[in-house]
Amino acid sequence: MADVTTIDEAAAPYLAQFAVAEASLPGAAAPWLGELRRSAIGRFAETGLPNARMEDWRFTDLRRMARTTFADAQAETAPDLDWIAPWHLDGPCHRLVFANGRFVPRHSDIGTLPPGVRLQPLADAVSEDPGFLEPEFTRGSARVGGSLVDLNTAMTRDGLVLRLDRGVALDAPVQLIHVAIAPDDPVALHPRVLVVAEDGSRASVFETYLGVGNRPYWTNAVAEITVGRDARIAHHKLQQESAAGYHTGFNRVTVDQGGSYSGFVMSLGARLARTEIRVALDGEHASCRIDGTSLLHGRQHGDITTEIDHRVANGRSRQTFKNVLDGHSRSVFQGRVVVQRDAQKTDAGQSNRNLLLSPGAEADSKPELRIFADDVKCSHGATVGELDKHSLFYLQSRGIGADEARGLLIEGFVAELIDDVEQPAVAAQLRRALDGWLAAAREGARQAA
Amino acid sequence: MSVLSIKGLHAKVGDRDILRGLDLEIGAGEVHAIMGPNGSGKSTLSYVLAGREGYEVTAGSVVYRGHDLLAMETEERAAQGVFLAMQYPVEIPGISNITFLKTAVNAVRRARGDDELDALDFLKLAREKGRMLEMDDTLLQRPVNVGFSGGEKKRNEIFQMAMLDPSLAILDETDSGLDIDALKVVSDGVNALRGPDRSIVLITHYQRLLSYIVPDHVHVLSGGRIVATGGKELAIELEEKGYAMFGDTPEAA
Repeated sequence: MADVTTIDEAAAPYLAQFAVAEASLPGAAAPWLGELRRSAIGRFAETGLPNARMEDWRFTDLRRMARTTFADAQAETAPDLDWIAPWHLDGPCHRLVFANGRFVPRHSDIGTLPPGVRLQPLADAVSEDPGFLEPEFTRGSARVGGSLVDLNTAMTRDGLVLRLDRGVALDAPVQLIHVAIAPDDPVALHPRVLVVAEDGSRASVFETYLGVGNRPYWTNAVAEITVGRDARIAHHKLQQESAAGYHTGFNRVTVDQGGSYSGFVMSLGARLARTEIRVALDGEHASCRIDGTSLLHGRQHGDITTEIDHRVANGRSRQTFKNVLDGHSRSVFQGRVVVQRDAQKTDAGQSNRNLLLSPGAEADSKPELRIFADDVKCSHGATVGELDKHSLFYLQSRGIGADEARGLLIEGFVAELIDDVEQPAVAAQLRRALDGWLAAAREGARQAA
Repeated sequence: MSVLSIKGLHAKVGDRDILRGLDLEIGAGEVHAIMGPNGSGKSTLSYVLAGREGYEVTAGSVVYRGHDLLAMETEERAAQGVFLAMQYPVEIPGISNITFLKTAVNAVRRARGDDELDALDFLKLAREKGRMLEMDDTLLQRPVNVGFSGGEKKRNEIFQMAMLDPSLAILDETDSGLDIDALKVVSDGVNALRGPDRSIVLITHYQRLLSYIVPDHVHVLSGGRIVATGGKELAIELEEKGYAMFGDTPEAA
């Protein structure tokens, strides 16, 4: 254990948890990983959970969550997961299913892989300990991720390793389904995704987070994605945790010259959810596009925080985030765009639109541009509004009833984003999730009436 | 018997009185043109008939096929066969034209007690009506009016009219923003929809439209009232002499 002088009070139980779990964590035989885990838990113990005094956490308060201590989730022996079938992607895909943070072979179907693709559960990869793993594992998150990433690094038991050799294309999407099966006592899961796309390779990864039960639990996910020269990675995430769940996710992406990353987050579940996406455009003509939506009701809190770091010239980034808020829900969008001194000819655009369906809902939007270069094109815009009355009238004048017209406009607001998703099977799954949310909202409105 | 009978209609928008005692009778299968200068109340009349929020009727009555039109919700009016082709059709991102129309057609069919159309029958009907208006199939798949040219938007309005099969269609400045080719396509579409069971009200500033869609009656709206009524020759007279011949500007009324 690292020397720890001060220990954050809320962090203390996790320190004890780590001490108990350490020997059983996968990769215990890999010395570098053990060291990494110990230093990570040490940093976590000093920092504790993020708090509202930190600039990036001003709008998302974890105090309520911190009152609960989440135990290390235990393995489910032979979990019943037949019910997840509707969440399967249509058509061919490489599917990995995890229950309480552990790979479930019986429900997974990795399928046949073309040469040059390594796709396996993280626990297997670290026990084989291939040489590429260590530098990738330690690459970026530890520096910028903060204490939640540290906790994940210390405690992660499983996840995904996807490595694509030079020029390899993986045509069928990779699907990850993470299922939390919450027992009576609150537990935490720390899944970890590692994607390394060598030069000129391409793949698509689709993550779905689901939860069972009405007890609180916490999913604390980390994804570390390295996009090589002219490589292309698409990464979509559907967060549909159960209503009592908490979800924090951190995606760290670096994109090399000419490479591109397209990310999408659709956040529907959990009482509190935050996804933080940090993209570094590290090579010239690198590009990224990240879009997303939080659909919130009741007292849900949905936070999407992004940072695009344009480090070199000729980078391009686009972000569109749209939130729909009902009830007393609250959305947060923080979008930081950094253009470093050498990042001339950067082209960065950002938009955040919030649709308020109820007077009790609140949307916070904080765009932040830090521009140190002088020849750049940066735009950002944020709006908060209600459904457009003129559009409603138009639909009603065609015979569509008021409720159906409202539903159609909300659907259109979000569907516009999904229409741009290039993977048809993924788009179809996101559409189904949207339809499900709209149907539940209609049902809720009917019951309230 | 009148399809639409408007008597002594007064309406205001906010604090402004716009319609001030408007009378109009429209019979089955008739085509009426309502002409008038800007600000005379033409669009207000169309919105009052369609039931747009914010247009308050302060006096008078509107009876549509024996029923009090003003007592009906907007969508109910549509279900009962009232259609308004709008001067500025709304863009709805994320919803395809075909989804929008299918929702509308089936909502109206449900309200009329007809079975809903399934996807196949609907598509067949849409293709058939679309051909009449030279609607490209891609216009059906694109989001409602998003990125449509002015002409395409107006064609889309008449296409919706064809799909919804109204008894009373009000066309609000359908000719505005159309070049001569688009005007001809739209007019041909409207003419094809003329029939004994359909009354049409053409609201326009210019006589131009009326040489393509020849009305049975022409009315002049000024200062919120019908100030003159005649045959199609009245439109030609107006075109030559201007609205000043009525010595009545909206400000003076």
